[in-house]
Amino acid sequence: MKKRLPLILTGLMAAWFLCTLRAPKEKDFAYAEFGSLPIVFNGRVQPIDSLARNSLLQLREKQTANLEPWKGWNEKPKIIPAIEWLANVMMKPDAADEWPVFRVDNPELIALLKLPEKDKQNRQDGKHYSWNQIQPSLEAMDRESKRIGSREQRKEADPSQRTPYENAVMKMHERLVLYIRLKNALQPQDAGDWAQELGEFESAIPAGVAAVRAQQAGQKYDEAAFGKFVGFVRRFDVMTRFEPSLLVPPRHPEISRDDWMRVGDALIGAASGETIPPSVRYYAAMASAFREGKADDFNQKVAEYRASLAPSFARELAKAGRERFFNRMQPFYNAMVVYVLAGILAGASWFALSDLLRRSAVWLIGLALVIHTCGLVMRMVLEGRPPVTNLYSSAIFIGWGACVLGLVLERFYKDGIGAVVSSGVGFITLIIAHHLALGGDTMEMMRAVLDTNFWLATHVVVVTLGYASTFVAGALALIYIVRGVFTRTLDAARGKSLARMVYGIVCFATLFSFVGTVLGGIWADQSWGRFWGWDPKENGALIIVLWNALILHLRWGGIIRERGLINCAIVGNIVTSWSWFGVNMLEIGLHSYGFTQAAFKWLIGFVVSQLFIIALGLLPRHLWVSFRDKAVAPAALGAKGKPAPAS
Amino acid sequence: MFDRLFRFFSSLRLTVVLLAFGIVLVFVGTVAQADEGLYNAQSRYFKHWFVQGITMFGHHIPIGLPGGYLIGTLLLINLVVAHIKRFQLTTKKIGIQLTHAGVILLLVGQLTTDLFSRETQIRFSEGETRSYAESGMNYELAFITDADADTEEVVAIPARLLVKGAELKHEKLPFAVHVKHYWLNSDPSFRAPMMQNEPPVTTNGLARSFDFRPAAETKSMESKNVPTALIEIAAPGASLGTWVVSGWAGDDLMVEALRESFISRQKMGEEMAASIIGRLTEPQMVEVGGKQFAFVLRPARVYEPYSLTLLKATHSVYRGTDIPKDFRSRVRLENHRTGENREVEIFMNSPLRYGGQTFYQYQMVAGELARRAGQAPSSILQVVRNPSWLTPYAGCIMVAAGLVTQFMIHLVGFVSRRKTA
Repeated sequence: MKKRLPLILTGLMAAWFLCTLRAPKEKDFAYAEFGSLPIVFNGRVQPIDSLARNSLLQLREKQTANLEPWKGWNEKPKIIPAIEWLANVMMKPDAADEWPVFRVDNPELIALLKLPEKDKQNRQDGKHYSWNQIQPSLEAMDRESKRIGSREQRKEADPSQRTPYENAVMKMHERLVLYIRLKNALQPQDAGDWAQELGEFESAIPAGVAAVRAQQAGQKYDEAAFGKFVGFVRRFDVMTRFEPSLLVPPRHPEISRDDWMRVGDALIGAASGETIPPSVRYYAAMASAFREGKADDFNQKVAEYRASLAPSFARELAKAGRERFFNRMQPFYNAMVVYVLAGILAGASWFALSDLLRRSAVWLIGLALVIHTCGLVMRMVLEGRPPVTNLYSSAIFIGWGACVLGLVLERFYKDGIGAVVSSGVGFITLIIAHHLALGGDTMEMMRAVLDTNFWLATHVVVVTLGYASTFVAGALALIYIVRGVFTRTLDAARGKSLARMVYGIVCFATLFSFVGTVLGGIWADQSWGRFWGWDPKENGALIIVLWNALILHLRWGGIIRERGLINCAIVGNIVTSWSWFGVNMLEIGLHSYGFTQAAFKWLIGFVVSQLFIIALGLLPRHLWVSFRDKAVAPAALGAKGKPAPAS
Repeated sequence: MFDRLFRFFSSLRLTVVLLAFGIVLVFVGTVAQADEGLYNAQSRYFKHWFVQGITMFGHHIPIGLPGGYLIGTLLLINLVVAHIKRFQLTTKKIGIQLTHAGVILLLVGQLTTDLFSRETQIRFSEGETRSYAESGMNYELAFITDADADTEEVVAIPARLLVKGAELKHEKLPFAVHVKHYWLNSDPSFRAPMMQNEPPVTTNGLARSFDFRPAAETKSMESKNVPTALIEIAAPGASLGTWVVSGWAGDDLMVEALRESFISRQKMGEEMAASIIGRLTEPQMVEVGGKQFAFVLRPARVYEPYSLTLLKATHSVYRGTDIPKDFRSRVRLENHRTGENREVEIFMNSPLRYGGQTFYQYQMVAGELARRAGQAPSSILQVVRNPSWLTPYAGCIMVAAGLVTQFMIHLVGFVSRRKTA
């Protein structure tokens, strides 16, 4: 029984993970079906479910909508899935406008918008507000965002020097625009019974067109028909001007699968003689049924629409279905949970001498790695790209690479150290990825220059593995110092084997970072005509290469020994984090993509923590708990590859 | 003495010190780009022997550092000398040897690139043909005269020879050029009627409608120096007059920038702006011995024995977004010497390599963008001549192979030791 514990534990966690994959039963409206309808947004085909989740992430930094945020978690606030929220925004905005989904943190912005303070009695949490609460102050909001935006456009102010208040205003502006876009995606935001209005519009077309023609020709025309028709067209024009997502599939998929349209554009097309696409009618029927709470009608229309798409748009339907499954699976979040558990067990295994904990940890890491890998592969399939395409996916891939490396170390040394590195780096990088995902869609399309799978698969993957291995070396070094200074568990043999691991990984890191960096140069030569341009991101990678080469030469020359190597490897953490995030913060150069101001504080904090640990590593040996009580000759720890002399 | 020098240059400690300085320099040079601008920081930190005074996060720090050239050269010497000293052809060291040989190749390749590479640009609209590329930075004073019915003869004087007081002559020119003023960077202003207090510097050509003043030299990547000169053209025995020549009139890019600023900043109408620009670009000429010589200060040109014609410029974005999906130029390549006449596509990550040069898709005004601006679709190709462009490929392969070999030797040793233990 005891022997089987690791297996049983892993089996339990695997069962828990598989349970999360099962679709929850839906009582009335088939939100899951609605959520897997394909649309085009951000330049790519995606399920409505992705639009819902990414929109909520942008509005309130969560993938669900909490309708009663003033309640504590123990008071069971009503939380609805993203797709239910979006269905309401699109088809029943009167309800959605009441829901507090706009997160506002900045007190000056709260004052500008005249929003209520935290007050549980009046159901206010002081952070989340509804459209209806913000709407009266839209004019003030608009004035401020225009003022800031136009100053930046005239180059009188720089976006990087915005005050927190200005940042909050601009962010809020984006959120409001996003919300209006969603409201205008399926029907005009002021629509009543949309299916009925659509019918009215259709029957108004012939008379309206005749009236417009007559008016233009300067003849007598039917003013009522003219007014009604023009009124419709104006509404549709307003709809498209907000640039909402594209819901209408191409009319001629056999010619181009790319020509998705906005509902507004399709209707303006109808006004000038084209037929109204069936998808517009289906969506209108869904909207009217939804508005009136007729779940069966709604579900039937969704099913009919899906069936109508099946012959010509099987590929898009399948893609949307896969992505919705991926969304629900949340592989990276779930892997993170397993990593935490594994990390705790692995750490505990250092103190309890039984091998059981360590083996349990290794098994769990195996499970987490499987989930992590599934997620990674599914992302690659969905995007049709190599694993790393942006900062978000680089975090996921660094975690994956580090986890594999850690497991390899564990396989050789079987001392729980590789396991802690695997789970620790895996967990931290996934946390970073989670925060990077708050910006919205993480599967955005690649700009022209990046649109090459060959270089993404070679340069980007190799250089990211270089980052991962440098971090693994750094993590091993952290373990060395923390265990040596604070615990009794670092003896000379263990210290030596740790140092050997660090050395091996640094060799590995040198190889990957060098090859990755030079491949990047060759890519640059292919696309811009210069191998090396001293661009910040290139320089960041170069520093990693130089630093790893420096460590190896210091070691070979005997200038540093065991402890020097360890401290140098921690500097590697600083150097790598600088290259990974720091250079993006300079906001210059060709690689300036995806970056949030908040990350700056974290980077500084990380660098300070690493410096602190290096300072610990420099403490004289008699202050280290592991060595305090042992009468070891002072040279022993430093002696190069020789066993400590017996004393 | 030689021995000591040899020992010094082959020492591992020197390598370590140089690597450390290299890291500091790259870091400082990167951070300084935020304050000093990409281009200026690159040249000041990486393309100099010494760096005097550095800038970090908006603060000037008066310390010196060895520059990129110094570190690179010393590292190269160090590598070569150490290579000579320690070279042994044993299987145990083969990886290290290969790695270092690869690094030497990379360093030498970068040095030759720095010395011999040249970057120019071709800008053309759809339907236009170019048999030359233009420098993005350097100007030339060109004298153009008809040699026969369809050939022009051009004498171009590089702008670096235009220094105040210089007297320039050329066998093909029947006159001398005296440089009375030369400003490396300048600003133009239109001499609106009845607004000017001062008389024009000269009553010929361009100077009648435009004034130019010297401007501070710019070092940033985003802006460029636009020179202006005041020249006197003198035939033997008699002056033919004094003229103003300016990059603002001879560089299409600057002319377009000026036209746009008239419309957007000075709120001029399109027609008004066009008429003022017409005066700016009106050709300036002198006649000597029955021959007309047009002259203009224009971006320096490099003529090629072949020509490129832009057939189609395509700029597409992802549906419903502004994210660029594809830039590509379809170009006809004609070379009378070889009889070539073929069409090629140049797009992102897929340059054309031809005649020892590489043509990259650089910028583009096409598609929706061109339609909005009311312009014909046009494209800019970056043209690079770099004789050592292959060295990074070879160097990368050598270093990778060397490191893999070395680490495999270690790893196999390590694993077999553990197995036997």
